[in-house]
Amino acid sequence: MSEIVERTLSALPGLLLQEPPPGVSSKLGSLIRNITALSSRQEEEKLIQQELASLKTTVSSPNTTLRQMKECMVRLIYCEMLGYEASFGYIHAIKLAQQGNLLEKRVGYLAVSLFLHENHELLLLLVNTVLKDLQSTNLVEVCMALTVVSQIFPREMIPAALPLIEDKLQHSKEIVRRKAVLALYKFYVIAPTQVQHIQEKFRKALCDRDVGVMAASLHIYLQAIKDNPSGYKDLTGSFVTILKQVVGGKLPVDFNYHSVPAPWLQIQLLRILRLLGKGDPSTSEIIYDVLDESLRRAEINHNITYAILFECVQTIYTIYPKSDLFEKAAKCIGKFVLSPKINLKYLGLKALTYVIQQDPNLALQHQMTIIECLDHPDPIIKRETLELLYRITNEQNVTVIVQKMLEYLKESKDEYAIITLVGKIADLAEKYPFINWFVETMNIVFSIGGDMVHPDIPNNFLRLLAEGNELCAWIMAAITKLAAVNPHSSLVDRLIQEFSTCLDTGIRQQVWELKALWKDAQLLQRLFPLNSSCEDLSVDASLSFLDGFVAEALSKGAAPYKPQHQRQEEKLSREKALNLEPYGLCFSPSLPSVGLTDGHSPSGISVVSGASGNSAETAQKEENRLKMDGIRKVWGKEGYLLKKESKSSNPESISPPLESGISLGEDEEQAGASGEQSLELVSEEDQEKKQLASSLFVGLGSNAVSLMGKTDQTTHKFKRKSKMGSKATEKSSLNTFVDQNHITQTSNEGHSIDTRPFPAQGPGSFGEQTVDAKVSPLFANTNLDIVQANKTSLTFHEAPKTQHVPSLLPELAQYAHTELTELASSDNLSIYSSKVWKDDNVLLALVFVNQNPLAIKSITVKMEDSDSITVSDEGIVACQLLPSAPSLLHCHLQEGMLLLWIRSSSSALSDCLLCQCQKALEDH
Amino acid sequence: MIKAILVFNNHGKPRFIRFYQHFPEDMQQQIIRETFHLVSKRDDNVCNFLEGGSLIGGSDYKLIYRHYATLYFVFCVDSSESELGILDLIQVFVETLDKCFENVCELDLIFNVDKVHYILHEMVMGGMVLETNMNEVVAQVEAQNKLEKSESGFSAAPARAVSAVKSMNLPELPRNINIGDLNIKVPNLSHLV
Repeated sequence: MSEIVERTLSALPGLLLQEPPPGVSSKLGSLIRNITALSSRQEEEKLIQQELASLKTTVSSPNTTLRQMKECMVRLIYCEMLGYEASFGYIHAIKLAQQGNLLEKRVGYLAVSLFLHENHELLLLLVNTVLKDLQSTNLVEVCMALTVVSQIFPREMIPAALPLIEDKLQHSKEIVRRKAVLALYKFYVIAPTQVQHIQEKFRKALCDRDVGVMAASLHIYLQAIKDNPSGYKDLTGSFVTILKQVVGGKLPVDFNYHSVPAPWLQIQLLRILRLLGKGDPSTSEIIYDVLDESLRRAEINHNITYAILFECVQTIYTIYPKSDLFEKAAKCIGKFVLSPKINLKYLGLKALTYVIQQDPNLALQHQMTIIECLDHPDPIIKRETLELLYRITNEQNVTVIVQKMLEYLKESKDEYAIITLVGKIADLAEKYPFINWFVETMNIVFSIGGDMVHPDIPNNFLRLLAEGNELCAWIMAAITKLAAVNPHSSLVDRLIQEFSTCLDTGIRQQVWELKALWKDAQLLQRLFPLNSSCEDLSVDASLSFLDGFVAEALSKGAAPYKPQHQRQEEKLSREKALNLEPYGLCFSPSLPSVGLTDGHSPSGISVVSGASGNSAETAQKEENRLKMDGIRKVWGKEGYLLKKESKSSNPESISPPLESGISLGEDEEQAGASGEQSLELVSEEDQEKKQLASSLFVGLGSNAVSLMGKTDQTTHKFKRKSKMGSKATEKSSLNTFVDQNHITQTSNEGHSIDTRPFPAQGPGSFGEQTVDAKVSPLFANTNLDIVQANKTSLTFHEAPKTQHVPSLLPELAQYAHTELTELASSDNLSIYSSKVWKDDNVLLALVFVNQNPLAIKSITVKMEDSDSITVSDEGIVACQLLPSAPSLLHCHLQEGMLLLWIRSSSSALSDCLLCQCQKALEDH
Repeated sequence: MIKAILVFNNHGKPRFIRFYQHFPEDMQQQIIRETFHLVSKRDDNVCNFLEGGSLIGGSDYKLIYRHYATLYFVFCVDSSESELGILDLIQVFVETLDKCFENVCELDLIFNVDKVHYILHEMVMGGMVLETNMNEVVAQVEAQNKLEKSESGFSAAPARAVSAVKSMNLPELPRNINIGDLNIKVPNLSHLV
């Protein structure tokens, strides 16, 4: 079609010189032709004034027929559209609507609705005509009257029209009912109180057998619910039912748009449900199902599907939260953000901005995309990105974000954009007044914003400056310098007196310095010589004048000075020295010896804690890439926070852009396997982006940690913490089920356990095949590794792989439980988890599945950094290794190594375990 | 709510203007100019959404536009409208124009400003979306065209023309029939009514 438009335009001049298109009134045609021939605005103005003058005489002439009048009106409409006032014609438009036949009336109504506004005095003259037409038996007249009412009607005349329009709700033609509903909507908007009494009729319209009428009534409900959500909660079920039917394809095919059933209706309903469910758990409960279904059904890759998805996402994040919907919505947002279509990307950013408060980690997942959007050629995308960043500012990233905003501000020419942005920058700068930065930022703001800056901003700026103690200290310093010039000022005395008891130490120091100097005028003058501000000062940066003092101190046995980083390194290396040696699988000789024969077995299951042995080395390798201190806030208000924050705040371990289509886990794994190599491959530009990401997203969704230039410290802390963690003492019981390839680990800790599917993450280790997964808060700092011994993989042959689908132990399956979710898998082994709610506790069941046709001889469960499974240094906990066979689990924690052994009355168990243990030992 | 629908060509000449919220005449012209200014400098490969300028209501308002060869179709809406929904509404509007004018072009809009208004009346009423089903809109418009033809035929005898029109029926689309029985059912509502 666009081609046609183009072709037509190119033919336009020729056409215009020839015949006017058929059916076009010749006078309008010639007017248009004349205008098109003009080259300047002045000429146009002249021509139109002439035209208006001639129109004026025509319309005021008593001899003009209504038919001519109709034609004049169209020309007047055209002139008004071009911006020329034709107020002389207004009254004639009303007359035409009053007196004309159907077609003339139509033009008259159109002209009135275009020319007049609601408070125009002439409008009252139209009311009678409208009322008359509303009562007409002619369908077309009724429709025209309703249209004009919905566009323009004087508020004070509503009572006159209301009963007539109410009647129309029962009209036999649905088009009339539909238009009547919209006319009532108009009344509701301009005078809500006047239509309060016909609520019932709105409900009838909602139940109308015509979908169009029902859809029209939603306009009223959306508005009414916006004004008073609690008043319409009882309708939630109805809206849900309607939406379910629409989504379920129960409407006639006529309503499909690109094979999506009534998309605009769906959007409207989703918006209504959003308002109803906001902050209301019980209402939200009704809505969850249909949201889920809408998300599922919206599959087709078309704009309009995304429109529905976007509404769903917004609704999910507005109503009372539900975690599995959150997950789906998050995926959806991902689709938007990663879409190559700019419109969808824009909406993705908008959605992120919307959900950022509730789910900051979602932004972390898409941080690289966000960074790319900062440099997007479309300024609208850039602005939206800045809006998103504006929402996530905290003390650590505010300077970087404001920097980005200022960059945008410098490029921006759009006045509106500048005003809003200046407001935001000022807002941020005031919120985090690091004084120097604040002043600098505001200087830039004032220089760019100029007159457009809202007057409040400079006022606030000055107020904040005046309040700031730092400023006061600066002034004191200035006064000190001035005092040297004028050594007999009484003002200085007064100031000294007033401020020497000041609470602010900075000011007090300045004052006391001044006081000391003040007594010795000569010293003061020597210190601040007049006109010396331009002289260069020679600064002895090495502080060599202190050499003698230092030498003396050293000779008295003081420790030599070490720079801070050296101190830390030493501290770190001392700690490394503690755990560099891998622990073998030996038993402590001090363990109470228990005979193997009597059924009590110190088992060979060795659970090596995170700070020791191999894992310690892994941890050291990680140091270069993972700085996780303080970042692991696994639980948020809304439940388990989707992870990855550890990557986020970390310049080097940031995930590559997700567009690559490779899941994070795989990427990480590869990175781990190929080690340093892959790091070198990362281009400098990427590095820059990652650096930027780390500084932008620092502190988001976690205990704030600044990573800029502090990597050493943070890794250091991380190491320490992991050691501490394994020694933490907190009582908890640990139940362990062992069943061949199934190992089920349980805990009845107070809090509930949430295991979502986690994208695998973590470093590889020593060239072995490793799949890591992060597990629930139960293992807050734990990585699940499937470490496959190399020799096994050698024996692995090309057997056709059939994915073994695991199931829970029947004993557990009888309880309420979540679906088994794959945590991690390698070629040979998969780990699944499931939550099981038992009567008095929650179990986290881990199921290990052998995907390999070969039998697995042993599985070593290694708990790295078992921070959250806290077991007392030495303790006994009850556990069940086999259902129905209670046993005792002894734990002994020594130097970061956790030893477990089990007592049980069941002899079969011990044999079974013993066998397993011995195998495990052999394999090592 | 849709606040305004603006159609102008690549040179900023207004071709069709409909405001659903009242602005003084000079203000309207300024809005058109500003909107053109905002929209015209954007490439075709950027997003179709813009934040409203300072004139038309600030951050709560959005401009959603499509560019068809020589014409820009700009819808100015408030935050209660869905961006993508409106984007497709523009498409429906243009496709409807295309059907009504048989390969619509800029000229059609210039010479038939009033007709475009009538077509729009069937889709948007007082700023609210009334009908998004193209067939339905086209059917209503065609009925009105018939009206016009009969009118010109009876122009010599207006009284008879009116009566002819009165006996005319607006088209009934099959979808409006029996819907109540088959489809949308709203349970638990009867007691409220």
